[in-house]
Amino acid sequence: MSKIQVKICMGTTCFVMGASNLQELIELIPEKYSDSVEVCGVPCLGLCSETKKYSGAPYVKVNDEVVAEATTEKVLKQIERILKNGQE
Amino acid sequence: MDKNNQAQHLKREILVRTIEAFFSDNFEENTRLIAYDMRPQGCEVPYRCCIHKERDVIQHRIIANLGLSMEEIDERKLLSDYARKAKERTELEKDVLTVLETACQACVPSRMFVTDLCQGCVARPCVESCKFGAISIQNGRSVIDGSKCKNCTKCMQVCPYHAIVKIVVPCEDACPVGAIAKDQSGHATIDFDKCITCGKCVAACPFGAIHEKSQIIDILNRIKEGKKVIAMIAPSVAGQLPCSIYQLNTALLQCGFNEVVEVAQGADITALNEAEEFKERMQNGDKFMTTSCCAGYNNLIAQHLPEIKPFASDTKTPLYYTAELCRKENPDAITVFVSPCVAKRRECLDNPNIDYLLSYEEMGALFIAKKIEVSTLEPTPFKTEASREGRNFGILGGVAKSVEVADQGQSEIKPYIINGLNKQTIRELRNYAKKGECEMGNLIEVMCCEGGCVGGNCCVNNAKTATKTITDFTKDSKPLK
Repeated sequence: MSKIQVKICMGTTCFVMGASNLQELIELIPEKYSDSVEVCGVPCLGLCSETKKYSGAPYVKVNDEVVAEATTEKVLKQIERILKNGQE
Repeated sequence: MDKNNQAQHLKREILVRTIEAFFSDNFEENTRLIAYDMRPQGCEVPYRCCIHKERDVIQHRIIANLGLSMEEIDERKLLSDYARKAKERTELEKDVLTVLETACQACVPSRMFVTDLCQGCVARPCVESCKFGAISIQNGRSVIDGSKCKNCTKCMQVCPYHAIVKIVVPCEDACPVGAIAKDQSGHATIDFDKCITCGKCVAACPFGAIHEKSQIIDILNRIKEGKKVIAMIAPSVAGQLPCSIYQLNTALLQCGFNEVVEVAQGADITALNEAEEFKERMQNGDKFMTTSCCAGYNNLIAQHLPEIKPFASDTKTPLYYTAELCRKENPDAITVFVSPCVAKRRECLDNPNIDYLLSYEEMGALFIAKKIEVSTLEPTPFKTEASREGRNFGILGGVAKSVEVADQGQSEIKPYIINGLNKQTIRELRNYAKKGECEMGNLIEVMCCEGGCVGGNCCVNNAKTATKTITDFTKDSKPLK
């Protein structure tokens, strides 16, 4: 089974709008799901570039799904959901 | 409460939109439209009772972003009129904070409260423990007589059912000097004679009802007018964004600043002077000295703690020296301090060498509005590079450490850190002043914000990660001595 990929956007917009706090996921996820989830901070995912899309920042991608206004809890919930339903 | 919460998110979004409006072809009108764009007709009402209140609160936040006091607003006027007023202004208003009464929940006054969990037990430790005779049992339940209760929390501590709670008012609770209280309508008001502008209430209010009066419009105006504008960046800025301090330099230059100067340069001077001062003071028989770079602490001394003044260093702040250098080299330039905290707003207003203050939050919002991707920028070096110790001023213990390094083992320095001003640490400081000595150490670094400047209430990054980023970066900087 391939690992779930979590990408935390570390672009300027996401960072200022709250991704700075998502950095804790980079330590938290390997502790919790080292076998099944991979996490990393990535350069701007480009999701904020449309008009006023910065209001949805910070963005996190869990596999191909975008989590908007992401919080640690939201991202963990999304991981749990995928783990429960099995990897597609 | 976590710094990056939804109230903060909303605040930053409105800030970005205000800046975008400034760069648009019609600042006044587009400022007026922000609330309608954010809460269009028929949209979901996320926080307040109705869409109109949502918009009203947004508009009041914009007024604070425009640098105006809600207390002096005539609500019959249009927001566009106020945008114009901000744009045409040449002088800044005095007080640095404003309460947005519409946003203020007028939460219930702070008091002890018996919840439904009370079983009306036989032991009744609450009645026994109350020294003021404020608790009685009525209809099989504990009842607190508010006129006698002193909020000592004894009853809360002894209740075996945890049935008694303390209702807190977050802003009042956070204020270390009792400067914030409810008015007759229950809304928060700030007593500016007492307020040390530490900004703890700004961070504490879950409704985001207390706001700094921003100077962003003034700064952008001066840049637009083609004035030479110099940004003086505080040392803690190095840990704020996902980029190096040299990329940040580039980002600020792209925003129209003509030059960016490290305040860490001034911190080097502060460290050297403070080490010298420390040596002298100890030779003269003083038992301890406190550092002097924190604006919140300096306000505290001036307004509430005169007894510690003889023990506080007379050395000027890093910002003072940096601004002095900037003014000397560029007498006609506008100087802007890029700041981690609210407290420095007062220092900037009081120092004629500093024209404006841009908070880290505002700087971040400016980069968003300008669509600047900091991590992709080419680095730009500074004209003068500051030392490792100066650059570490923004992290906890950094100031004391720099004095130790500057002293080079001449004095026996025993550093002690006051990590955050609150009612308890203020009592502690008062006690040292009274005794004329401090058993914990002889060089007391006082930081108003927990974690040092990286814990400042305008910071974007969390203190832990910021500290690590700064420590990694300064490892390779040149030593102070």
